[in-house]
Amino acid sequence: MTTLVFFGCTFIAFGPAIALFLFTIARDPLRVIFLIAGAFFWLVSLLLSSLVWFIAVQISNKDSASQQKGLLIFGVVLSVLLQETFRFGYYKLLKKANEGLLALSQEDTMPISMRQLAYVSGLGFGFMSGAFSVVNILADSLGPGIVGIHGDSQHYFISSAFMTLAIILLHMFWGVVFFEACEKQRWLSLAVVVTSHLLVSCLTFLNPQYEGSLIPAYLIVFLMGTWAFSSAGGSLRNLKLCLTCKDKDFLLANHRPR
Amino acid sequence: MGPECAKLSIFFIVSWLCNGVRSNSVEQKIYVLLNNTVPCVRLLNATHQIGCQSSISGDTGVIHVLEVESDLDWVLSSGPNPPYMVVMEAHLFNRTTMTRMKGSLRVAGVAVVIPKVGPPQGFSPHNSCPNEGSGVYSSSYGPELAGCNTTVWNPLGNGLSYEDFSFPIFSLREDNETEVIRKCFREHNVAVNGSTPQYPLCAMQLFSHMHAVTNTATCMRRNDIQTSFGIRPEMVCDALSDYNVWGSVVPLNNTAKGHQEIQSVVIAAAQLDGRSFFWDVAPAGEGSITGFVTLLAAAHALSTVPEPERNILYTFFQGETFDYIGSSRMVYDMEKGTFVIDLENIHSLLEIGQVGLRSGSRLWLHSDPVSRRNSTVDSEVGKFVKNLKTEADGFSFSFAEPDITQPLPPSSFQRFLRARPIPGLVLTDHQSAFNNRYYESLYDNAEYLNVTYPPSLTAEEQLEHVTETAMALAEVATVVARALYRQADGDVAQLSNISADPKIVTQMLYGFLVQTNNSWFRALLSPEVQNILGPHPPQYYVGVSNSPVNTPTRLVQYILANLIGTPRNLTQEQCQNPEGVEGESKELYSYYWVQGPVPPNSTQGEAYCVRASVRLTKAYSPAFELQDYSSQNYSTWTESRWKLIRARIFLVASRELELMTLGVGVAVLLTSLLVTYFVSTKADLLFSSSREPASAAY
Repeated sequence: MTTLVFFGCTFIAFGPAIALFLFTIARDPLRVIFLIAGAFFWLVSLLLSSLVWFIAVQISNKDSASQQKGLLIFGVVLSVLLQETFRFGYYKLLKKANEGLLALSQEDTMPISMRQLAYVSGLGFGFMSGAFSVVNILADSLGPGIVGIHGDSQHYFISSAFMTLAIILLHMFWGVVFFEACEKQRWLSLAVVVTSHLLVSCLTFLNPQYEGSLIPAYLIVFLMGTWAFSSAGGSLRNLKLCLTCKDKDFLLANHRPR
Repeated sequence: MGPECAKLSIFFIVSWLCNGVRSNSVEQKIYVLLNNTVPCVRLLNATHQIGCQSSISGDTGVIHVLEVESDLDWVLSSGPNPPYMVVMEAHLFNRTTMTRMKGSLRVAGVAVVIPKVGPPQGFSPHNSCPNEGSGVYSSSYGPELAGCNTTVWNPLGNGLSYEDFSFPIFSLREDNETEVIRKCFREHNVAVNGSTPQYPLCAMQLFSHMHAVTNTATCMRRNDIQTSFGIRPEMVCDALSDYNVWGSVVPLNNTAKGHQEIQSVVIAAAQLDGRSFFWDVAPAGEGSITGFVTLLAAAHALSTVPEPERNILYTFFQGETFDYIGSSRMVYDMEKGTFVIDLENIHSLLEIGQVGLRSGSRLWLHSDPVSRRNSTVDSEVGKFVKNLKTEADGFSFSFAEPDITQPLPPSSFQRFLRARPIPGLVLTDHQSAFNNRYYESLYDNAEYLNVTYPPSLTAEEQLEHVTETAMALAEVATVVARALYRQADGDVAQLSNISADPKIVTQMLYGFLVQTNNSWFRALLSPEVQNILGPHPPQYYVGVSNSPVNTPTRLVQYILANLIGTPRNLTQEQCQNPEGVEGESKELYSYYWVQGPVPPNSTQGEAYCVRASVRLTKAYSPAFELQDYSSQNYSTWTESRWKLIRARIFLVASRELELMTLGVGVAVLLTSLLVTYFVSTKADLLFSSSREPASAAY
């Protein structure tokens, strides 16, 4: 009955993404379109990196373990750089598209803000990369067996699911921070995004020491989340207000100047 | 996702996410596929189904290795993690343990580790009275002899081959794979100090789902429905069938069927097939090979002397193990007048049964007590016995007759007797019960027949090395050949010129018992059938009708053609179609283009044409021709079809771990739903900063 594992891992990996989609994206057709376009951009970057990878493997020496390991590291770095390039390309495209949208729109405000676009496209990237990292693992989790006959950890499926969750969330946060950095031309922030992406990807080389990869990955998720929260306009004060349910007064107080 | 869906990118991502360089598939990390396995499959006859099957998605169970019989209690009652997949040593594979497991729902399947050498006390999964329902003895013919009433031929037979098991049973060889299973069992499933073993446990999954059920009539009806109404017909079973081989000393015209005016024929017969509990592994060493190799050697010995007065017909029957498919078909053809001779042309018959395991210095000549009540038949049989006994003078063995009240052992001759009281004998090495302790089992192999070679010899030297078994069989072949010549009224002065060559016998034994891919077999076969040769002996299970000619049948056909035929000076085209060539006749002979021996210091032999009166005829039970699928007279054996035969081992997780995974998943999902709902309702508040009042994000 490893359907249990299958559903457990699916919920872990995609639970938050689905929740976000349901409550924040699904209602707005424009957001859905940008989400899918973002996912598509990620796919194209994957296509390119797999093409390079394919060629590299063909010309490499298949018997040399060190060369293969080096090739893998090269592939990871290349893929991360390509993903970030495509994120930048998508940003440029959205910028153009937004101007067009503004021209078309009957109102004089934009139908979707740049921040919202950042979040939506980041989630699109996350969805697709999450799907690609975990779908065939999920297929194998249907069983009847679990990993471990060669001495590997039996927590392979659940750790993969958690890693995927981290990657989906990170893509979302990176999206927000990245777009913000581009808007404000803070190139240092951009570099931090790319570096942390590289770092998280390389952390997976520590597997199967899952603690070694998961704990730092979630640390980065937390840091990036905080950063994304603040760059999206959140602050500790707002959070406090929210949590202490003083929102009504705040809303009233905030409404007056509007 | 389709399997081809961006294979490279999946490869990339998986290796990126997992740990890397060595493995590129999650499946390889989970499963160890077992390649050296043979399943037991389902066979059906008019009334029963026998064999084994798994459920359609395979049967999975926690492995338990049985070493002694008391380990079975763990499987059947005390073990905490049923169902169990029982991996057992061959000595435990007997009726008692199998019956106990058959009644239990705690057994998911069985894997038997088969050693090379059988248990010393003997083992035969066959019936104790082989082919009792299809022989000659019945309530109307010697009722006091029917059903092995007087002689139990195979007392060691436990009948497991004829049981129906509802779980899969596979065989494993004693090799690395079995060691992997044992290691997995020791590391994961062995309880320490009486405690229960801890998860993850080592498990095995066996796939052998069979499409046919109940009996042949049912599955043939389903076949008919499929062919008449199905767009893509999927058959569920096929009749067991192959080809008989026959050859004659004086060529017989293949176009003139039915009764031949001037022919009087002495038939020399042997059976070609065998079986074991498992599908398509049947070494049949003593069971069949000793008999047909002796007959081949005798045929060769007779090819050097002038033709006798009477013709001699060598017949090699296929499918005899399954209620005499081959011989019943030949008798049926003779009765219908569709064979080159008919039953009236038969003068007498000598069948060579199991002759490889002599106890003492006597071979036994069995005859049918019922037909011998007729005085003419009795005197003919008496003459034949006398011929054989005379020829055995001066050899290391002698012939003896068992008690006159003893019936014939299981033999093709019984099918001829059902049609006509032909005088005949069955030559065997046993007086009553078989000497063969491994009748129709996996252990009836080269080791059992003592066809073993000093380890220092190369393959080519082994082929030439004359074993003691070969010497003994060559002697028998010589005597048989001389007796046949005498029986066929040959020139008595020629008798001393007839002698079987021990070298050819040893080469045949090597080819049929050790490996078919040897220089002698290669030289005798035509270039296009060389691909049937391999570094192992062929399997003697008869197989089903939709496959090409079985390897043993093909080998015997070519060897017989080479041994009794003559080389002709023909080109390859002429050999394929000798029509119109002076002195050649397609009606009288078959023509075989053979590769020829490779001379020393060369890589390629010179191919040439051999002509011989050797042909194949169908060994397809008349029951299927007559569409009488519940026939009492003819064999109705069919083999079920299947889609997938597979065995693999892996670890299984505890229920708790699985539930925990699901629990964590559900918790993550619910939490994120709640948090997202909370955040999205308060987005205005959360993401509004005093610095940027406008364009609150969410």
